[in-house]
Amino acid sequence: MGAVSVKAEALASRLAGLALPAGMTAARETALARLSAMGLPGKRDEYWHYTDPAALNAVQAKPAALADTGAALFAGLDAVKLVFVDGVFDAATSDDLALSGVSLSRLATAPAGHWAQTAYGALESAGQSPIARPWAALNTAFASDGLLIHVTGKAAKPVSVIYLRRDDAADVVLHHVIKLDAGAEFTLLEQGPAAARLNHVIEVDLAQGARFHHIRAQGRDLGRHAVTHIFAHLGAEALFKSFTLTADGALTRNEAVITFAGPDAKAHVAGAAMGDGAFHHDDTVFVTHAAERCESRQVFKKVLKHGAVGVFQGKILVKKGAQKTDGYQISQALLLDDDSQFLAKPELEIYADDVKCSHGSTSGAIDDTALFYLRSRGVPLRAAQSLLILAFLADTIAEIEDETIAEDIGAQLEIWLARHES
Amino acid sequence: MLEIKNLHVKLEEEDKQILKGVTLSIGAGEVHAIMGPNGSGKSTLSYVLSGRDGYTVTDGSATLDGADLLVMEPEVRAAQGLFLAFQYPVEIPGVGNMTFLRTALNAQRKTRGEPEISAGDFLKLVREKAKGLKIDADMLKRPVNVGFSGGEKKRNEILQMAMLEPKMCILDETDSGLDVDAMKLVSEGVNALRSAGRSFLVITHYQRLLDHIKPDVVHIMAAGRIIKTGGPELALEVENNGYADLLAEVL
Ligand SMILES: Nc1ncnc2c1ncn2[C@@H]1O[C@H](COP(=O)(O)OP(=O)(O)O)[C@@H](O)[C@H]1O
Ligand SMILES: [Mg+2]
Repeated sequence: MGAVSVKAEALASRLAGLALPAGMTAARETALARLSAMGLPGKRDEYWHYTDPAALNAVQAKPAALADTGAALFAGLDAVKLVFVDGVFDAATSDDLALSGVSLSRLATAPAGHWAQTAYGALESAGQSPIARPWAALNTAFASDGLLIHVTGKAAKPVSVIYLRRDDAADVVLHHVIKLDAGAEFTLLEQGPAAARLNHVIEVDLAQGARFHHIRAQGRDLGRHAVTHIFAHLGAEALFKSFTLTADGALTRNEAVITFAGPDAKAHVAGAAMGDGAFHHDDTVFVTHAAERCESRQVFKKVLKHGAVGVFQGKILVKKGAQKTDGYQISQALLLDDDSQFLAKPELEIYADDVKCSHGSTSGAIDDTALFYLRSRGVPLRAAQSLLILAFLADTIAEIEDETIAEDIGAQLEIWLARHES
Repeated sequence: MLEIKNLHVKLEEEDKQILKGVTLSIGAGEVHAIMGPNGSGKSTLSYVLSGRDGYTVTDGSATLDGADLLVMEPEVRAAQGLFLAFQYPVEIPGVGNMTFLRTALNAQRKTRGEPEISAGDFLKLVREKAKGLKIDADMLKRPVNVGFSGGEKKRNEILQMAMLEPKMCILDETDSGLDVDAMKLVSEGVNALRSAGRSFLVITHYQRLLDHIKPDVVHIMAAGRIIKTGGPELALEVENNGYADLLAEVL
């Protein structure tokens, strides 16, 4: 009783002064009702046991100093470039919202009767069970902008979204809805600091045989707080691949909620996180196999130093009848000193008898023997350490299919290592 | 070339003396062999010379061309021309063999103030050296030593040696785990590198490797000391009579 009232109070003060933005009214109102029933997460919640939501719950976003984000990624790629500044779409610096095989529009300006009217918040709402995800409900209610992407065929090029920020204290709620028709193909790239405090939701609905690739580079502002959710719903034979690089940030919670609704589909989620000092990074993944012969793969690795904290909560739920499920999960941390820590909670829950599921979790230091081997061949200590750190993260990058993109991400890892040598 | 004088080494973590006064002098172009029973300190000597952590030198010295080896970082020793072919080559998942070789070669060049090798020249060099050791393209692409057989690992050590062209090569039980054919390949690889300016210290438990790599001097090591030094005939004596007689002689 007490906990409930505390949560409701926290929510009331968090929402005081916030008004539901225009458009998607029905979805926003039901999301707000969901949120009111859940309240905000607290440290007592099992799902928030390892990650303190206080900074997300705070009424005001803590300002985060802007870091020099360096050159943009994916610059060599032919893509439709879309820019958001402090959470607002910036038409002046963006390409036209036009791409063959794709209908692109903005959440903030979606007219009544827009196709996304029925899709907006639908996967988020479905993803609230069996575990409540209050931040996602808050997002659906209050998102001020985002992209509505309907892919009808093979998209001619990727969409590359760049989130810039000018305001030190920008508190941003963004929501993308992505829908791929049967056989459609689409790649979404995301990068940039986005906000001092970011709440980001992506809903991805994949019809039969649709193929979706997602590569995201989060960072690099040290004081940044972020909670993100990807809700993916896969039809038969669909492919979903998502990779996230997180470099720095005070608090990042990345949730992926994936549901196999049709047989023979594949979903791979991967993440590489690198943190130094005041860094708390949480990957929380929930995969539901509700259809036969689907393959899920979770590959998450973190490099932590100077007291950085990594969290992994990964669940594979195999429902009754989801025979021949192939579920795999690995979470690993490389601790560069004794102050850093990794907390992992892998979970399997299986109600079908003919399945293959495995999970593993490790944390450890750089292998001294390998380090000496490299040095004995003339590779200096720092370079040898970097080589072994990159080797540790290699499995996550291997999840990126496009070689150019993988190289870009690899280069970011090297830049981070060079910045954080000591 | 390599001068070891009265070298005393203990484990860093324990009060356990392993080398108890090793003295050894290897001239340029010479091949020396160290033989001895298991546990006599042969690998320890090779690790201490190449700079591995975990050992404390309590007395004595080791110099390479007059420079004090024991104060140098391992990578500096390597750049100065010291090379250890490991008894147990290390697997490094996630690092490709080619990347490893090129990184090592360029790092040594950089330390010595030489320009990096071009990608084209590097490829040519690797292919040429790998061919002689029957190392195929697939082995070069795979992560360092991961999934390699015992023999493949040892051939890979010799490939690294051939690429890096060190002047002082230490081979620690390179013959262990090799069948007759692999032993021939490895020995040919080593013999091809023999030159007036390059010296070898070949550590082995058995005499058979020394049929292929002919030593100038043979040392017998036991309980952390060199107990006897002689010519190639000393290795044959070990082969015929075992270590027992030699050990009895000194005790
Ligand atoms: N790191 C270590 N920790 C504990 N004992 C060691 C270590 N290194 C060597 N030793 C001990 O030192 C002795 C010599 O070992 P080693 O040099 O490997 O001999 P060899 O190569 O001649 O077989 C052995 O008794 C071995 O157990
Ligand atoms: Mg040994």
